[in-house]
Amino acid sequence: MSEAPKPVLETCALRKAFGGITATDNVTFSLPPGARHALIGPNGAGKTTFVNLLSGVLPATSGEIYLNGVNVTNWSVRDRARAGLARTFQINQLYADLSPLETILIAINERENAATSWFRPLGSRSDLVDEAAALLAQLNLADAMHARVGSLAYGRQRLLEIAIALASKPQVLLLDEPAAGVPEGERDQVLDVVAALPADVSLILIEHDMDLVFRFAKTISVLVNGALFVEGTRDEIARDPRVRQVYLGEEEIAHG
Amino acid sequence: MIPDSPNKPAGWLLWRTRWRWYELAFWAAAASSFFIFPSKLMLISEIFILGLLAVSIDLTLGFAGLVTLGQGAFFGVGAYAAGLMAKYGAGTAPFSDPLLGLLVAGSVAGALGFVTSFLVLRGSDLTRLMVTLGVALIVEEIVTQAKDITGGSDGLQGVMSSPVLGVWSFDLYGRTAFWYALIVTFVCFWFCRRLVNSSFGLSLLAIKGNPLRARTIGMPVNTRLVAIYTIAATISGISGGLLTQTTQFASPDMVAFHRSADALLILVFGGSGFLYGGLIGAVVFRVMQDFIGNITPQYWLFWVGLVLVLLVLFVRGGIIGMLMALRERFSRKGEGS
Repeated sequence: MSEAPKPVLETCALRKAFGGITATDNVTFSLPPGARHALIGPNGAGKTTFVNLLSGVLPATSGEIYLNGVNVTNWSVRDRARAGLARTFQINQLYADLSPLETILIAINERENAATSWFRPLGSRSDLVDEAAALLAQLNLADAMHARVGSLAYGRQRLLEIAIALASKPQVLLLDEPAAGVPEGERDQVLDVVAALPADVSLILIEHDMDLVFRFAKTISVLVNGALFVEGTRDEIARDPRVRQVYLGEEEIAHG
Repeated sequence: MIPDSPNKPAGWLLWRTRWRWYELAFWAAAASSFFIFPSKLMLISEIFILGLLAVSIDLTLGFAGLVTLGQGAFFGVGAYAAGLMAKYGAGTAPFSDPLLGLLVAGSVAGALGFVTSFLVLRGSDLTRLMVTLGVALIVEEIVTQAKDITGGSDGLQGVMSSPVLGVWSFDLYGRTAFWYALIVTFVCFWFCRRLVNSSFGLSLLAIKGNPLRARTIGMPVNTRLVAIYTIAATISGISGGLLTQTTQFASPDMVAFHRSADALLILVFGGSGFLYGGLIGAVVFRVMQDFIGNITPQYWLFWVGLVLVLLVLFVRGGIIGMLMALRERFSRKGEGS
């Protein structure tokens, strides 16, 4: 399944070193369109570093990143976002003093090049506002549309993180631990939203939570010490004894 | 009160930006002060001008989150640009035309703002504070040293603007100055109000709130910051030009460091991020200065310092923040009973 369609996102020998520590080690990876791909690995495996490299938050030490076949290795965060790469953050990066509606509008305005409009009031593009409201409704946030983001429950803030990324209509979406820190009672909401993401969006899910990974991902990469340890379908990974060992090994250390 | 809020979010957003009664009351009060305090017209004109300068800082600080301690540079450059136009135009149109003078003042200050905006794109708040302060000190020194052009420490003598629109000449009592300053301030304020209520204004709030998030949304953060810094510098320049034209004089005092500091203080007094904070802060600041200055001139700074400390420590958002908190308390009481 990896050879047939042209990959939307590829990395070639991607490497990131912080001083003497190699956080991402020679990762060559490709993501087909419409993928449901999970990136897993023990703590400190370099998952978030990898996402930061893909999204441009961190510059790569060496290697290349291709988005739709275009080398974007030296592109800024902003240019990659404009080219269709969206991401969420493991720790919420939201606007506590704005409302969810305003937050989504910020993203839609950028996508539609409407944000340079300085003379017309914000609500005058009702098509964009309606789109923002519809997106919030889709993510069960319609009732909180005008609330202060900082006053929302944590699970709903996580949903808003995803909503912002969706508002830019991305081709590739990087979800960095979408359910991290979400209390049990609100978890299902987040999982449902992740499961219902548009099929044409290629997805990379970074997750610790194996429930979520196995429920949701079709293919999985395991990252250990910054390097790709093993790649395969969900079932292959589930059966792979080496993967089990990596995780069990970690557990033994954690308990010992 | 709120029309169709859940079903028509666009309408709700528009409704939120309409002119409120208290805004109209504010401007009506500003205009009627002409009749209430006929002997204080020069002071009131100066309040408008200081208020406009503080509003321009609000654009960068209150909306885009750019800390600046150098807005006085743009104010001063505008003041001298307008002064030189009026001086060499020798009191006759077209060169001494005050509106042309403001246009030049705004353009020159805006150009300086554009050039120096690239210095504030990097670094932390402290870096920005120091960079803007440094630029202001450089401009101050250039203005005082270029004696042949600016008159050095003696100031620019012989500033004579021609009558406004060729009809209203600046009089000794400051009547023309009052209306001229009020109308220019209002027009600039109206412009700023449109700006912050637009999509562009919202994107500034996004940058202030979280630049990394703004970038990952695809926002050209630096371009926006350059734009707002340039716009704010232009408005500062216009306010500087206004002061020169209404007082018929430009002095190194207008580029001095204390301009930047006072303007920032005024904004913090009034409350940043509301646009009206600068105007209300200017009223309170100058009235306090006038009032306390009459009683105990030597302790003026003591009282300014005390008010500043109390406001910053105990009230979020200055005077406007205080008024909003009071209003909330009252409306909550109203709901309870």
